Amino acid sequence: MFDFVSFIPRAVMQGTPLLFGSTGEILTEKSGNLNLGIPGIMYVGAISGVIGSFFYEQSMAGQPLNGFWAIAIPMACSLLGSLLMGLLYCFLTVTLRANQNVTGLALTTFGVGFGNFFGGSLIKLAHSDVPSVALPATSAFFSKHLPFADNLGWFGKIFLSYGFLAYLAIIIALIASYILNHTRAGLHLRSVGESPATADAAGINVTRHKYLATCIGSMIAGLGGLYYVMDYACGIWSNNAFGDRGWLAIALVIFTIWRPNISILASILFGGLYILYLYIPTGTQMEVKELYKMLPYVITLLVLIVVSLRKKREDQPPASLGLSYFREDR
Amino acid sequence: MNKKEPLLYISKRESITWQKSWMIRGIAILLALVFCGIITMLLTGLNPIEVFSTIFYGAFGTMRKSWVTAQKLAILLGISLAITPAFKMRFWNIGAEGQVLIGCLACAACMITLGGKVPSALLVLISLAASLAAGALWGFLPAIFKAHWETNETLFTLMMNYIAMQLAAYFIIVWEVPKGSGNIGIINQNSQAGWLPVLGGQQYLLTILLIAVLTGFMYVYLTYSKHGYEISVVGESHRTASYAGIKVGRVIVRTMVLSGAICGLVGFLLVSGNDHTLTTTLVDGRGFTAVMVSWLAKFNPIGMIFTSLLLVVLERGATEISSVFSLNHSFADILTGIILFFIIGSDFFTNYQVHFRKAKKEVE
Repeated sequence: MFDFVSFIPRAVMQGTPLLFGSTGEILTEKSGNLNLGIPGIMYVGAISGVIGSFFYEQSMAGQPLNGFWAIAIPMACSLLGSLLMGLLYCFLTVTLRANQNVTGLALTTFGVGFGNFFGGSLIKLAHSDVPSVALPATSAFFSKHLPFADNLGWFGKIFLSYGFLAYLAIIIALIASYILNHTRAGLHLRSVGESPATADAAGINVTRHKYLATCIGSMIAGLGGLYYVMDYACGIWSNNAFGDRGWLAIALVIFTIWRPNISILASILFGGLYILYLYIPTGTQMEVKELYKMLPYVITLLVLIVVSLRKKREDQPPASLGLSYFREDR
Repeated sequence: MNKKEPLLYISKRESITWQKSWMIRGIAILLALVFCGIITMLLTGLNPIEVFSTIFYGAFGTMRKSWVTAQKLAILLGISLAITPAFKMRFWNIGAEGQVLIGCLACAACMITLGGKVPSALLVLISLAASLAAGALWGFLPAIFKAHWETNETLFTLMMNYIAMQLAAYFIIVWEVPKGSGNIGIINQNSQAGWLPVLGGQQYLLTILLIAVLTGFMYVYLTYSKHGYEISVVGESHRTASYAGIKVGRVIVRTMVLSGAICGLVGFLLVSGNDHTLTTTLVDGRGFTAVMVSWLAKFNPIGMIFTSLLLVVLERGATEISSVFSLNHSFADILTGIILFFIIGSDFFTNYQVHFRKAKKEVE
């Protein structure tokens, strides 16, 4: 019998960083910016939070942490770090009209390097005498779940056993979905992504929409990194542990055909696919597990192909995705 | 105050001489290096001159270091050359990582399964052919979907990277030596079957020479051949190309097959000529770095020699700095990122002019 009660919570925990990342990237892409820097931004979001709480824990010198600050400081640092990355991306691609693919890849190189560098050198740079970057005290605040969840059996385990960031991810995805589809701001944003020239002619400030959507998107994605290190990884930073989840978040954007509300379930599905190999009995054939890990990518590829074959208009990527806008261009 | 001319406005440049555009880039690189120097200074306490001499020492300090730098340069340049035709066609192929890795995998597969069964020279040829075919296949798939159904190639090639990576991970466990170790080790260590011959006692010389030839070939192909011309027309506008009687779909597929095959070639060189092993991180992100190398050089193969040299020297130098100061080796990525941001930003000034309100002065 397949053990759903232990499988689903793990899938959700795997899926939450992806949900943050994909919600952020959907907002960004809806403004016509293909931000391939998301993997880097998620690293920066994670390490900024780690740096913030590292110094907070150091300054408390072993005394019990104040719950509010233990959460607020890493959150603020993480948001600030990813905001700066988003601003850099916007400045280069929107103001300076640089190529989005190249800028995004450079941002990822930089961001992953930034994360690993500070993760690996933080202790040395801070002249501190702890053996490794481990923040269990802060992590305890992040992964705290409702106290009565443990008494509710399988229901509590599946629905109530997560830290607050996991619920925040779902709320943000729902809000993003609502704004995109049911508000004027969302309509304007989508029009900027579809045809910036038309939007401009209609009096919509293209630059401001691109900046706002990309920066907010980056901050949301950065929270995914923070969730990973503070909740999932129990506050322990290890280099490259975040892995290729950032790219998987971008895959998820395609998989959900640019809909944050679908992304909630899809991220759990992806999270499940990501860890499915742990639950499939393969006996002695360890190599088969590697093939299971391929599943999220293969499925995304199939969705991409099917969507382009069907040519249904509402399923297509934003029409100006990846293109810079210059008013005087014809 | 209202109805006043804005403080500055931007217009597109009609044209720019290549001297001027390279000068702008030169300034950007210089600024970036100064900036990197300052960052390094703050982190390590070295003075700026020491920073750059350490970087230089890391890249060229000893004979051995120089060879490794040259080899890394050759590999990065090779991948950059491979993706250039596709990029010139505005086919955003960010799947070089996977195309090279699948070439590596094909080469390793031949060396492992046929090692000792056929003469070594024949084995080299077989693995070369297999690598080329595998790389070409990885390029063909996104291209055929792009050509017929306009499937987004950036996302397609991105996914293909991970499929290649997991395939490699699968076969690494199938072939691992010893069982349970999770890696293959040096393939055919004793027989050296399928290893590229070593020229003049220098292991990397042949790789470097081959890439040099490839650079020349790619320059001629893009600048003087009919194919190269078709690629630039398709890159400018699909519509113009089809009015001119160019079969756009065919050019896309042909170019991507070529692009993928050259990636496969680099994969072959990596396994057969350099590392003689297979790991999932063998390509080490260079498929992505190559995109930037190629783009920074404006898709000019000769220019790419310099852009890849810049990035490789920086990477080797930063590695040296981080090992001297026992910092994390990802320091190199930060410096690379900074340089890239500066050059990417400088591109604005080669494409656009900034005019100020009063003084009609140009700002470069």
